Amino acid sequence: MESIENKTGAQQMKGNRPSRPPRLANRIFEWFCGRAFVEDLLGDMEEMFFANLKRMPASRARRKYWRQVLVLIFSYAIKRRKQSSSYSHHSYSLIHPAMIGNYLKIAARNLLHNKGYAFINVAGLTAGMTVALFIALWVFDEVTYDHNFTNYRTIGQVWTTNKVNGILLSDRSTPWLMGEELRNSFGSDFKQVLQSTWTEAHNLAVGDKKYYKRGNFIEPGVTEMLSLKMIYGDRNGLKEPHSILLSASVAKVFFGDADPVNQMIKVDRTEVKVTGVYEDFPRNSSFKEMSFILPWDLFVIRNPFLKQMEDPWSGNFTQAFVQLADGADFATVSSKIKDIKIKKLKNAQDINARPEVFIHPMSSWHLNSEFRDGKPAGGRIELVWLFGIIGIFVLALACINFMNLSTARSEKRAKEVGIRKSIGSARGQLVTQFLSESTVLALVALVLSLLIVQLLMPAFNLVADKQLELPWTTPVFWLASIGFSLLTGLLAGSYPAIFLSSFQPATVLKGSFMGGAQASLPRKVLIVLQFAVSSSLIIGTLVVYRQIEFARNRPVGYDRGGLINMLLTRDLHSNFDVVRNELKASNAIVEMSESGSPPTEVWNSNSFFDWRGKDPALTVEFPNTDVSYEYGKTVGWQLVAGRDFSKYFPSDSAAFILNETAAKFIGFKDPIGEVITWNGRNYKVVGVVRDIVVESPYEPVRPSLYRLCDKDGGNVALLRLNPEMELHQTLSTVENIYRKYSPSTPFDFKFVDEEYARKFGDEERAGRLSGSFATLAIFISCLGIFGLSSFMAERRRKEIGIRKVMGASVISVWQMLSRDFLLLVLIALVITIPLSFYFMGAWLQKFGYRTDLPWWIFVNTALGTMLITLLTVSLQSLKAALTNPANSLKTE
Amino acid sequence: MTGYIGEFEELVLLTISGLGDEAYGVAIKEDIEKRCRRDISIGALHSTISRLDEKGYIKSWLGDPTQERGGRRKRFFELTRSGVNILHETKALRDELWKVSKTKLALNK
Repeated sequence: MESIENKTGAQQMKGNRPSRPPRLANRIFEWFCGRAFVEDLLGDMEEMFFANLKRMPASRARRKYWRQVLVLIFSYAIKRRKQSSSYSHHSYSLIHPAMIGNYLKIAARNLLHNKGYAFINVAGLTAGMTVALFIALWVFDEVTYDHNFTNYRTIGQVWTTNKVNGILLSDRSTPWLMGEELRNSFGSDFKQVLQSTWTEAHNLAVGDKKYYKRGNFIEPGVTEMLSLKMIYGDRNGLKEPHSILLSASVAKVFFGDADPVNQMIKVDRTEVKVTGVYEDFPRNSSFKEMSFILPWDLFVIRNPFLKQMEDPWSGNFTQAFVQLADGADFATVSSKIKDIKIKKLKNAQDINARPEVFIHPMSSWHLNSEFRDGKPAGGRIELVWLFGIIGIFVLALACINFMNLSTARSEKRAKEVGIRKSIGSARGQLVTQFLSESTVLALVALVLSLLIVQLLMPAFNLVADKQLELPWTTPVFWLASIGFSLLTGLLAGSYPAIFLSSFQPATVLKGSFMGGAQASLPRKVLIVLQFAVSSSLIIGTLVVYRQIEFARNRPVGYDRGGLINMLLTRDLHSNFDVVRNELKASNAIVEMSESGSPPTEVWNSNSFFDWRGKDPALTVEFPNTDVSYEYGKTVGWQLVAGRDFSKYFPSDSAAFILNETAAKFIGFKDPIGEVITWNGRNYKVVGVVRDIVVESPYEPVRPSLYRLCDKDGGNVALLRLNPEMELHQTLSTVENIYRKYSPSTPFDFKFVDEEYARKFGDEERAGRLSGSFATLAIFISCLGIFGLSSFMAERRRKEIGIRKVMGASVISVWQMLSRDFLLLVLIALVITIPLSFYFMGAWLQKFGYRTDLPWWIFVNTALGTMLITLLTVSLQSLKAALTNPANSLKTE
Repeated sequence: MTGYIGEFEELVLLTISGLGDEAYGVAIKEDIEKRCRRDISIGALHSTISRLDEKGYIKSWLGDPTQERGGRRKRFFELTRSGVNILHETKALRDELWKVSKTKLALNK
């Protein structure tokens, strides 16, 4: 139509600059009138314009034209024509119910007609959405950690940065007087200051019922600071030292559903009165482990040594929480209280460590609790970012696929578009048709992925160690997921909708339409992107697993299988020899010992060590464990020099056994017989053992010391079970003897190897999740190229037929069809490999004990990806190559 | 009397009938402009035509595409039976009024 207009203009102007009605005015007019029939009006206006041209300058004619258009737009004529469909040349509006029904019907027919295509498309998108949903729920759970607390923004914990063993270390343990001092010197900056113990297991008993439960001794303000939701009693329940607040779950265990207020409960050996019951903290909260609360005053009463400490600021065995006053901010308060500790210290060693106190806000507890060189260094937030990015990528992959397939598919429908147009389909209708097809697919995918998420939720929770559920009742969730599906559908449908509906029916029907190189370029870019993402996920997963395996196979320095540990009760300790002999006689155990801490945890570390040749400016901190004579034999440590503790050497009461790292750190040439001073007492080094991995298996072992425990004994009992006996038999023997000698405490024990395995939890979870995401990403990508290659083969059916007739071999046709895809994958790999080499290298850097990045990971990933691609493409290309040319050519 | 038409509507109806087979937008506009020596906008004209159509006094059909109008078709108008009737009624009313007020309206010679 435009070409005709041009010609007319040129004729009218007879060689002058062709003048024509202002196109913009026409555009605006047509846009405004929409579907109303205005052809006659446009014609009238154009006729008048050319008539005017003869009478006046073109510019004036144009101005007049504009005026006409504007007057017409606001005239009754247009209003009326827009209202009345009798002027419109199709009788239904775009969104008339009948039309919507038609769109859906055609969409359904199209999808059913191309089941394979519909399946591939829906499957891919479903997989992507499933991953995205899981990750979104997981990320949401992580970033809303602790959000249940009303005072979330103002709560903080007191941390200290010390220079020990030559490096800056930050941790949350404080002297027990920290809270009091903060209150006295900086009271106006805080609403609450709460001194607290760690969350530790205590023996709770009511009548015959006795269980180990974890809880804190903490100052009474905790009820307000954490806004406890009281079920029974009120928030004043901690004023009296011999009282206790129970969480609902603990109250239920001991008292059922009855109101337990004013009932007595025994905590270890102290009788206390229940003064209230509070609602359990949610799982994603930092206080979830705190299942009961005892008053801090009771802790002080139970531990008279506190008040007798000569240098109370030297020992760090408690923690302190604060709530800022209104208007105070963490940075300012932190800088104010920086020196609070160093001023109180008496010992030169402690002062040398230059402790700086600061407040760590609750909003950072969960995700940003790592410090390096005294500066915040991220933490779990990295995992959140990682998964978030993976989620977005996988979803993007799925959407890309979806668009790719829809577009490729639609090229085959060019003829359909031509016919529809020539029998009067308006462009708007075609656009709506394509959009509704892709939207229907996207919504189907959403429904399926919601179902799958619901079904897989328990498994996911198990792997992720969460208790997530789909927020069925949250409007935002629905808004987001439906909105997202619609967006995907619209985006995926937009290219075919706009591109195809713009065809001239004549061109398409003549058959001169070709997708061409231009049309397939974006698709190629998308394939490269897809494979870049999925191959980097594979490399990432391989490296994560390799690192986990590396740490898991690390020599731990003792034999952790068949070893159990339990809290050492006073009764057990006083009967230690009897119990040990009885257990050994019953053949249930091989050996038993006492220890200051389980072999998987450090409960005690100290600073006041001195030795010949030590740098006086160096402040050290060594984990040290008190053990009984049998410890070495029980855990099975390996002596590399000297000897184990022995009853034949009475002097062993003042002796150390070092681990190899300690021997190296201290720097003795021959450590045996050397003397280490601790709190003014001399200890002789009698042995050196191979390093025992007590803390993180990813970090170097710290220099550690072992000495014999005093008459009060240790904190835990370690039992080496007899491997020749049945486990349940062994355990029941152990339980019987335990009950006989320690009747007032619950029998509760842990397998050391299980406790050790828990150290891998986070990384293992990350590995397993990213492994499944990588698998899905590959699956989605393969679906994508499978679909694309099948269209490619389909489109080139005749070409292949002719080639075969002319003598092409199956192999050459197969090569021709597969080469393109392989090339794209190669490009993707060239992008991925250096990038992932860099990023995974950086990831490994954060582990002290880490594996390397061998070349074969990259080569194998590359080969694997190409192999998968080739196999997927071959499914289609071989089929095409093997087709009898007679079949593909006979139709013409 | 069955209906009422305004002065401009009457003018348009009369012009349409006067133009016969050539009664389309531009022709009507130019004819009125020439006779009445007044500028009318296409918007005003078509609004009136729409009203007349609504009232059922005219009907229209589309012509063949022509080159001068960029290939666009013309919409031609003609009077319906009731269009003719209303013109007659209007004229009768006028004549009657003229008769009544003849003496006073006489132009000075």
